[in-house]
Amino acid sequence: MSPTGSTPGGSADPAHPAPVHTAPPARALPGNGQTHRHVLVTIVLNKPGVLNRVASLMRARNFNIETLAVSHTDQPEVSRMTITLRGDDVAVEQAAKQLYRLIDVLKVQDVTSEPTVEHEIALIKVRADDRNRGEVLTIADMYKAKVVDLATESLIVEATGTEAEVDALIALLRGFGIKELVRSGTVVMSRGAGSIEEAVKR
Amino acid sequence: MGTTDDGPGRTPTATSGQTRGPAPGAGTAGAGMAQASSAERRRIDHTPGAGSPSAEAISAGRREMLTDTRRLQIKSLAERRAKRPRIGADAVCEALIRQGVEVFFGYPGGVVLPFYDVLGDYPELRHILVRHEQGGAHAAEGYARATGRVGVCLATSGPGATNLVTGIGNAMLDSIPIVAITGNVVGSLLGKDAFQEIDITGITLPCTKHNYLVRDPDDIPRVFAEAFHIARTGRPGPVHIDLTKDALMGACLAEHPDSVDLPGFKPTFEGHPRQIKLAAQEIAKAERPVILAGHGVLIADATEELRELAEKAQIPVAHTLLGISAMDETNPLSLGFVGMHGWKHANKAIQSSDLLIALGMRFDDRVTGHVPTFAPYARIIHVDIDPAEIGKNVAVEIPIVGDVKRVLRALIPQVEAVAPERRAAYLAEIAGWRAESEKTPWHGSGAWRNGQLSADFVVSRIGEATGHDATLVADVGQNQMWTARYGGFRRPNSHISSGGLGTMGYGLPAAMGAAVGRPDKETWAIVGDGGLQMTVQELMTLVQEHIPLRIALLNNHKLGMVRQWQELVYAGNYHSSHLLGPNWCKLAEAYGVAAFRADQPGQVDAAIASARAVDGPALIEFCIAEEQNVFPMMPAGKGLSDLLEEQFEEPNQ
Repeated sequence: MSPTGSTPGGSADPAHPAPVHTAPPARALPGNGQTHRHVLVTIVLNKPGVLNRVASLMRARNFNIETLAVSHTDQPEVSRMTITLRGDDVAVEQAAKQLYRLIDVLKVQDVTSEPTVEHEIALIKVRADDRNRGEVLTIADMYKAKVVDLATESLIVEATGTEAEVDALIALLRGFGIKELVRSGTVVMSRGAGSIEEAVKR
Repeated sequence: MGTTDDGPGRTPTATSGQTRGPAPGAGTAGAGMAQASSAERRRIDHTPGAGSPSAEAISAGRREMLTDTRRLQIKSLAERRAKRPRIGADAVCEALIRQGVEVFFGYPGGVVLPFYDVLGDYPELRHILVRHEQGGAHAAEGYARATGRVGVCLATSGPGATNLVTGIGNAMLDSIPIVAITGNVVGSLLGKDAFQEIDITGITLPCTKHNYLVRDPDDIPRVFAEAFHIARTGRPGPVHIDLTKDALMGACLAEHPDSVDLPGFKPTFEGHPRQIKLAAQEIAKAERPVILAGHGVLIADATEELRELAEKAQIPVAHTLLGISAMDETNPLSLGFVGMHGWKHANKAIQSSDLLIALGMRFDDRVTGHVPTFAPYARIIHVDIDPAEIGKNVAVEIPIVGDVKRVLRALIPQVEAVAPERRAAYLAEIAGWRAESEKTPWHGSGAWRNGQLSADFVVSRIGEATGHDATLVADVGQNQMWTARYGGFRRPNSHISSGGLGTMGYGLPAAMGAAVGRPDKETWAIVGDGGLQMTVQELMTLVQEHIPLRIALLNNHKLGMVRQWQELVYAGNYHSSHLLGPNWCKLAEAYGVAAFRADQPGQVDAAIASARAVDGPALIEFCIAEEQNVFPMMPAGKGLSDLLEEQFEEPNQ
């Protein structure tokens, strides 16, 4: 872009021959503002305080974590975190870059647009007695959920699936009265032979 | 020019002899003082009880202690070390020596006493006892910025540790390599709210590059090797090490490693060749390029490469606040510093540029102003070693992640040499702007209004008197902006300032650290009366360590920058910006610092000359105009094209 050639209004106004000061185009801010859900897989060193470092960074940099699941991997020295958050592509890339600044973070991968297996587990304690237990069981069955505890007034449904599937089941069960609900947060794994864990092996 | 009524007091004894005088009941202590050595006399003069009926007993106790100390010093150091097992504290000292630390700034306290117990056995390490831990942290930063080496500060647990935090935060925002060491309570007491226990690693976590809590003495060698490596490698920053008391006291068998193993820390140094090629093509196309040089140029020691690129392609160079001194300001291609109070011609050059080559800088809001109005016609090449800085505040066309020096070395051969004639019209236009902008807010007579002393003149005279070779360390506020604008910087790293955090109170202790780090260079602190009152206690450290720092106090009896904003933005509602200060010359002399005073333009040069002649620290109080503002000024939320200029009520003298 040449300042002399492309200035809007530059040639139309002979009083301002200089390229500046005449309705300059606004510089775009980073990102397109279109927020959607992203899934970041993060491999970190299995050291005390590493979860605190990640959580503190996301808070300080103003990123809003939706779910965070932490666990061991097959290598004792590293742990795996699955983080879901909302933001536009540039903001989430910035979150990944900030994570890389942590010394204990080995690898960050945004798997949002990759083919993955994505699951979470939910335990749902539903009000159910003799009158409506059958209905609850039918719904659970349709979602391939299991009943893992049965009492006279309630039962616990264990469901696994994508966030959307679990959301749908919960919505259906809400009509019966949910007494208690716990969700593990999403864990994901890329399909195919590629392995983020092998990628960080030394 | 004049001194206070008492005349310049060069030593604490001289001053205290005049001000305190013999008190009833102190006669015996006084007689003892007369026989004592000068060092001992100095200590006794500062006995808190002097002049009271119990003075003699206190003085006698002091003498006992001094004798004990001397007795300890006489013991052979090797003998002492051989007699005891190697403990964690020894490993700390060894690690510091291995890392090339010669001097560090500390303050003892309960849990770090095991360290101080062995420190005397390591004469290679010079420990400077600061008067407040914040001063120690800033001194470590000043040392690091003046020398390019890792600065080290040390404090005890609890309040000692929290007092370091401001300095650690400052080092984080300004990418300064420091290692901050704190003690903590015995490991078994952690989490029990023990005396002087605080979760300091939790506090420093978001304001350090990395931090450690060490509970096992055998971890000390590895942790220190890692900490120094992290602090100085890639984008520098502060690393904090918290050592429990039992880690310092326990037996340590671990050897110091020759290398570190940090799989999660691998900075990229070499720029991507494709991006560098693209950058060269952009430079070839540009008609109005500007280089924006940041702190990264100085950190990477790329000042020669910067000059080479600028001269080869005939590109003018503007500086961020921390990038000042990356290029000799007498070079015709240097534009001086940009941003909120930067030079108008430099800001205009950026606003009219078609290509911005940003080197080792991070598009701080004090540089860009309102981003949508920033450099609206420019494509941007951004070189930074920290990938997270790319696209953080400003979207850029050509990002290059890498060390500025290595990127420039790869880039320069690919850049076409440009004949000065090709840029003649462009550079002449900037020169025209420059002639105007250097004239407008400048008070060459030394007087602002009604003959009152002008701060810009004072700073400029200090630059001249020191041959533009001294290190000038600013505090924060108006003094900082005047220093940045009028210091006239020619030597790399001769300008030190608290940029990102804007830490008032930084100037004096940081200058102390810079002076200790570069004894071959003259060092000046240029501070305001607000900032100096925050860390004035370090005057005593200067005296105790005989550090020849010169302090230029620009005294306007105001929080000048606050007052300026209140005048220009808050309709003259001057709440809490007027502040009382002490009698500065008397205060300095009470500390044993030679003091001078100048309130007329004609006294400035003589005061500077007098201060420079002092053997040891010296302070000059410049009584400047109370209502002088720094211009131009970019109001908050506005852009670089919306600068406020000084409105003259009378002709500039």
